[in-house]
Amino acid sequence: MDFGSINPVLLIAALMLASTPILLAALGELIVEKSGVLNLGVEGMMIVGAISGFIVAVETGSPALGFVAAAIGATIMALIFGVLTQLLLSNQVATGLGLTLFGLGVSALMGQSYVGIRPPASPRLTFFGLSEVPVIGPIAFNQHAMVYVSLALVVAIWWYLKRTRSGLILRAVGESHDAAHALGYSVLKTRFAAIAFGGACAGLGGAFLSLVIVPQWTEGMTAGRGWIALAIVVFASWRPWRVLLGAYLFGGVTVLQLNLQAAGIAIPVELLSMSPYLITILVLVLISSDKRRAAANAPASLGRSFHASA
Amino acid sequence: MSAPLLELRGLRKAYPGVVANDDVGFTVGRGEVHALLGENGAGKSTLVKMVYGLVRPDAGEMRFGGESYTPGSPHEARQTGIAMVFQHFSLFEALDVAENVALGMENPPPMRELAARIREVSETYGLPLDPARLVGDLSAGERQRVEIIRCLLQDPKLLIMDEPTSVLTPQEVDILFETLRKLQAEGTSILYISHKLEEIRTLCDGATILRLGKVVGSCDPREKSARELAEMMVGSELNPPAPQAHDLGEVMLEVNALTVPPASAFGTELRDISLQVRAGEVLGIGGVAGNGQDELLAVLSGEVPVENDKLRFKGEPIGATGPNPRRAKGLLTAPEERLGHAAAPDMSLIENAALSGWVRMGMVKSGFINWSKARAHAEHVIKDFDVRTPGPGNAARALSGGNLQKFVIGREILQKPEVLVVNQPTWGVDASAAAAIRQALLDLAAEGAAVIAISQDLDELMEISTRFAALNEGRLSAPRDAAGLTIDEIGLMLGGAHGMEVAHIHEEAAP
Repeated sequence: MDFGSINPVLLIAALMLASTPILLAALGELIVEKSGVLNLGVEGMMIVGAISGFIVAVETGSPALGFVAAAIGATIMALIFGVLTQLLLSNQVATGLGLTLFGLGVSALMGQSYVGIRPPASPRLTFFGLSEVPVIGPIAFNQHAMVYVSLALVVAIWWYLKRTRSGLILRAVGESHDAAHALGYSVLKTRFAAIAFGGACAGLGGAFLSLVIVPQWTEGMTAGRGWIALAIVVFASWRPWRVLLGAYLFGGVTVLQLNLQAAGIAIPVELLSMSPYLITILVLVLISSDKRRAAANAPASLGRSFHASA
Repeated sequence: MSAPLLELRGLRKAYPGVVANDDVGFTVGRGEVHALLGENGAGKSTLVKMVYGLVRPDAGEMRFGGESYTPGSPHEARQTGIAMVFQHFSLFEALDVAENVALGMENPPPMRELAARIREVSETYGLPLDPARLVGDLSAGERQRVEIIRCLLQDPKLLIMDEPTSVLTPQEVDILFETLRKLQAEGTSILYISHKLEEIRTLCDGATILRLGKVVGSCDPREKSARELAEMMVGSELNPPAPQAHDLGEVMLEVNALTVPPASAFGTELRDISLQVRAGEVLGIGGVAGNGQDELLAVLSGEVPVENDKLRFKGEPIGATGPNPRRAKGLLTAPEERLGHAAAPDMSLIENAALSGWVRMGMVKSGFINWSKARAHAEHVIKDFDVRTPGPGNAARALSGGNLQKFVIGREILQKPEVLVVNQPTWGVDASAAAAIRQALLDLAAEGAAVIAISQDLDELMEISTRFAALNEGRLSAPRDAAGLTIDEIGLMLGGAHGMEVAHIHEEAAP
C-alpha cells in the first residue's frame, strides 16, 4: 500500500471533473421535479447528449459546438417525453423508463461509426498566473469551462427558485397544479420549459463525459450516472446546494476509490466500486432524515398528470 | 354611475353531453352584494369561472363597468378589477403566506414590502395573519383569510366568493360578514355563492337563482324566507326531515375516557373523550374540520385500534377489534373523504358495494364473492337513494360528489346497522339530496339504531340531532339536548372565533 501516491490537491481537482456530469444532470432534474414532473429518462437524455455532442465536435472540430449540439439533442429527447406525458397524459414513470431505453438504443445506433475516434481536445481554462498558484491553482483556476458553468448553475438555480417570480410560479405549479391553473398560470408551459431545461442540462452532462472526461465514445458510457443524478435530487430534498454536495461526494468517493485501487489497498475491488453509491446515499439519507422538512420541500404534485378540466 | 358594474347577457357554455350554462344573464350593481343560488350542478361554478376568465363562454356577452369584457385568462380578470375566493382553496401548502399572496397578484411588490402590506391589510380588516408562516400549518379559517387578503390587496371592484363560509365557525362567519360589509361600504361589489340561505338573507341585496344551467328567477333575498329560496332553487316543494317521537333504548356504544396520540405530525390528538349513544337517538358532533373528527371516526370504525375496554358495543369491549368484526356485530361507519377513504375511486359501484357490504350481506362464501348479490346491493342503493349514474358498473370516480355521497351513505344504511357513524354525511350534496340523506338517518334511528353524525354543518346537526356535543382541539364537550340550543351557544361550544376577534375587541379583552 502506498497512500503517499494519492495527492489530495489532484484528488480534489479530479473529483470536480468527475462530478460535473452528475451535477449538471441532477440540477436539470431538480428543476423538472420542482415543476411537478418526474422524468426518469435522465440516463437516456445524457447518453443521447453524449453522442450528439461527440458527433458534432468530431465533424466540426469544435468542442463548444459539440456542447451546443448535446444540449439540443437531449432537449429533443426531453420534448418527446414532454409531448407524451403532458399532452398525451401518458404515465410519467413508464414513459421515463422508456426514454432511457430508447436513448441507450438510439445513441448506440448514432455512434456506430464513431467508436474508437478521439474527439478534438477541450482544454482546461487557465487564468494567467493564478493557475500556477499551489493548491488553489489546480483546484479553482485550472478547470474545464463546463465545471465553472455547472457551479454557476447551482447558484443561479438557488437564486431563481428562491427570489424570482418565475421561480415562485415554477414551485407553485409543482406544489398544486390545480391551484396554479385556477390562478391563471399555464401549467403546461411551465412544465414544458422545465422539461426542456432538464434535457439540456442532462445533455451537457453527457457531452462532458464523452468530450472531456473519457474522452471517446463507447456504447452505454453513462453507466448509470443518470440514475445517480435522479437519486441525488431526491435525497438532497430538492435543494441545489445539497445536490452539489451529493454530486461532489459521489464524484469524490469514485475518484478516491480508484486511487485506492491503484494504491493496491487490501479491500476487495467490488467493495470499493460500490462504495460511492453506498456512501452518497447514506450521507444524503442522514441529511434528509428530518421527514417533515423534507416532505415540505417535496413537490406535492410530483409525477401527477395534469389535465385542465373546466 | 347608473350603469351596473357587471352585466351578463345570454351566456352559454356547453360541455360534451352537458349544457352547463344556457342563456344566463343578470347584473351586479356597484356596491351590491349579489347572491348566486343553485343546487350542485346548477352551473354556478362554470358561470363564475367565465367571469374570472378560466372558461370561455360559447356565446353571450359580458360587460364590466359599461365596457365590453372578454377575459382570456384570470390575469386579465385581475387587471380589470375582479378577484376571486375559491371554494376549494387555491393555495399552496408548502409555500408561505406571502408567497401565496404574491401568486394571486398581478404586480406584487418585493417580498419584504408585501409582507408589510399583508400585515397592514390584515389588521385593518381584523383578519390577523403572519406572512412568514407556511400555509400547510394554518387552520381552514386562517387559510381562507389568506385568500381574502390576497384579493383585498388588489383593491378589486368585484369580489367573487365561492362558498366561503363552509369551513368557518358561526363567530368566524360573523367576522367575515363584517369584513364584507366594510368592503361594500367602500364601494366594492360582491358576487356571493353559497347554499346557506340564512347567510344570504342577512348579507345580500339581490339574488339570482340558477337551476340546470338556466336562470329561473331573481329576488331580493331579504324579502323571502329561507324555505321560499330553497324551493326556488330546487323547483319543487321541499320536505324538511321530520324526526318522529320515539323512546330511547339501551346504550349501544360507549367510549370511556379515550385518549389517542396523533398519528402524524399534522394530526390531532384525541383527549379524554367519553360518550354514550343509545338506541333510537342521533348524537350530533359538531366542530370545525381538523379538530379530531377524522381521528374519532378512525377509532370508532376500527382503523385505529385502542385499548379493548375503552370502547364498548352493547357492553362488550371492542376497542381492539378491527373494522370487519365490528361490521359483523353491527357497527358501521361512513368516513368523510369519499374518494379514497369511503370508496375506491377506480373500482365500480358493485365492487365498492361489496367492499363494505360483504360481511353483513353474505356476499362471500368460502372465499368466493357472490357478484350477483353485490350487484343487487349496489342496485338497491342506487334506487333507494336516487344515485344518478348510468349503472352500477360505473367507476366511483365517475360520479359527482353528491351522488357518490348518497351511494356511500346508502350503502351503509341498507346494511341495517345497529350503530352507524357518519362523518360529514351531506358535504357537497344539494339541498334535496341532503334532505333525503338526513331523513334516512332519522328513519334509521326511529327503527332503533343508534346514529353518530359528525358534521361541520350546524344547521344539519340541529335538524337531526337528539343530543349535541362539540369537538374542539380533540376534546369532546358534554352532550346537551339539541332542542333549545341556540346557534350562539353552539358557537361557543365550538371554541368561539379561534382568535379572529383579536383585532376587534383587544381593548376589552384584558380582564
